[in-house]
Amino acid sequence: MKREELMVAAIQNGTVIDHIPSSRLFEVVRLLHLEDIRQSSIMVGYNLKSRKMGHKSIIKISDKFFTDAELNLLSVVAPNVTLCIIKDFEVVEKKRVTLPQTIAGIVKCANPKCITNNEPMPTRFVVSQEDPIMLRCEYCEKEQSLEKVKLV
Amino acid sequence: MKENNSLVTIANLSREDIMHLLHQAEKFEREPNRTILSDKVVATLFFEPSTRTRLSFETAANRLGARVIGFTDPKVTSSTKGETLKDTIMMVSNYADVIVMRHYLEGAARYAAEISPVPVINAGDGANQHPTQTLLDLYSIYKTQGTLDNLHIYLVGDLKYGRTVHSLIMAMRHFNPTFHFIAPKELAMPEEYKIYCQNRNIPFVEEEEFNADIIANADILYMTRVQRERFTDLMEYERVKDVYILKASMLKDAKPTMKVLHPLPRVNEIAYDVDDDPHAYYFQQARNGLYARQAIICNTLGITV
Repeated sequence: MKREELMVAAIQNGTVIDHIPSSRLFEVVRLLHLEDIRQSSIMVGYNLKSRKMGHKSIIKISDKFFTDAELNLLSVVAPNVTLCIIKDFEVVEKKRVTLPQTIAGIVKCANPKCITNNEPMPTRFVVSQEDPIMLRCEYCEKEQSLEKVKLV
Repeated sequence: MKENNSLVTIANLSREDIMHLLHQAEKFEREPNRTILSDKVVATLFFEPSTRTRLSFETAANRLGARVIGFTDPKVTSSTKGETLKDTIMMVSNYADVIVMRHYLEGAARYAAEISPVPVINAGDGANQHPTQTLLDLYSIYKTQGTLDNLHIYLVGDLKYGRTVHSLIMAMRHFNPTFHFIAPKELAMPEEYKIYCQNRNIPFVEEEEFNADIIANADILYMTRVQRERFTDLMEYERVKDVYILKASMLKDAKPTMKVLHPLPRVNEIAYDVDDDPHAYYFQQARNGLYARQAIICNTLGITV
């Protein structure tokens, strides 16, 4: 951890989510339900300079570790984030997120005539194409590009 | 077929599933009146009016001896009071052994099939799927040609929005067809279905012309309606509106076994002089819907005749 990240205080134990596109920061917060965390301190750096991305955002969550399933949800909005698991101020594990084959309950279908937009029910998508990634709604069967999807 | 034997889409039926249903339909055609469902109740839930499909389903159920409950117009139901689809399905499944549902929202049939304790038959969900129409189309092709294999199938008219032609392509993938897509540019077959064919080595030819020479090699001529409201450019509509009309004079070089199909209702895309031509088959095609739906209702209930 150096350069601008130092502006966001280091944590002793917890999870760091780095290389978040700034435009997606608040969606990452929502997906991990960070607003509901009461016990841990959370540091957010928004619009930091980044050599790789121009601008990026970073979140550091103290004393909190997520399951892979929870973290993989991030792939829907920020597929290139870097995750660091911190123990005693040291990075003990680095990982990337992978897109699950089925995405349930988090993405909104773009088709206004889809049943999922007209009935209180969870959505469900499957990955129908890689590069560019396309999702197919399991209900109305319409394909939509991952870049344009909105969260429910 | 999954989700408690429901029929939601034709896309996941295997060749064997389709042939089984067609052979069942053949038996119902030979003997349509069988009281094998006299202890069953069939619910027909039409959240969107569709007289033709509803009458066909209700006749199928009645000829099998089943009792029919349901509604033909959602205005009389609690959905106008804000009841969810789930609640309606859960309520009706207390009474019926199978639910036939037409809905104006896409994906409604899959959702109903997932939550319903009794099987659901999709009688059309918005612009998405209408598998019983596809099955009656397949039955009509099978019956008139004696096979589904290696046929030249010509799809004419609105290939962009025509749900029936899209489902037909997917269902025919097991049978080595050759397709001809005949449509104006604005209503041409969408890329995704051309890619679907390419990925499965299904040959197809695209044409804009529609005349006697073009269709001389056809086994099946599947007509659809070119609707004015589908055009963004009305000049274009005026230019093509009379191009995709089938007249009896165009059938002079057609194969003797060739049949003209149409999902109905027809407006003007088939001239009335075709009705008396031996190639015309669209009214018999509609009757085949009865046998196809008898086969489907029995199949969802696990009954083989």
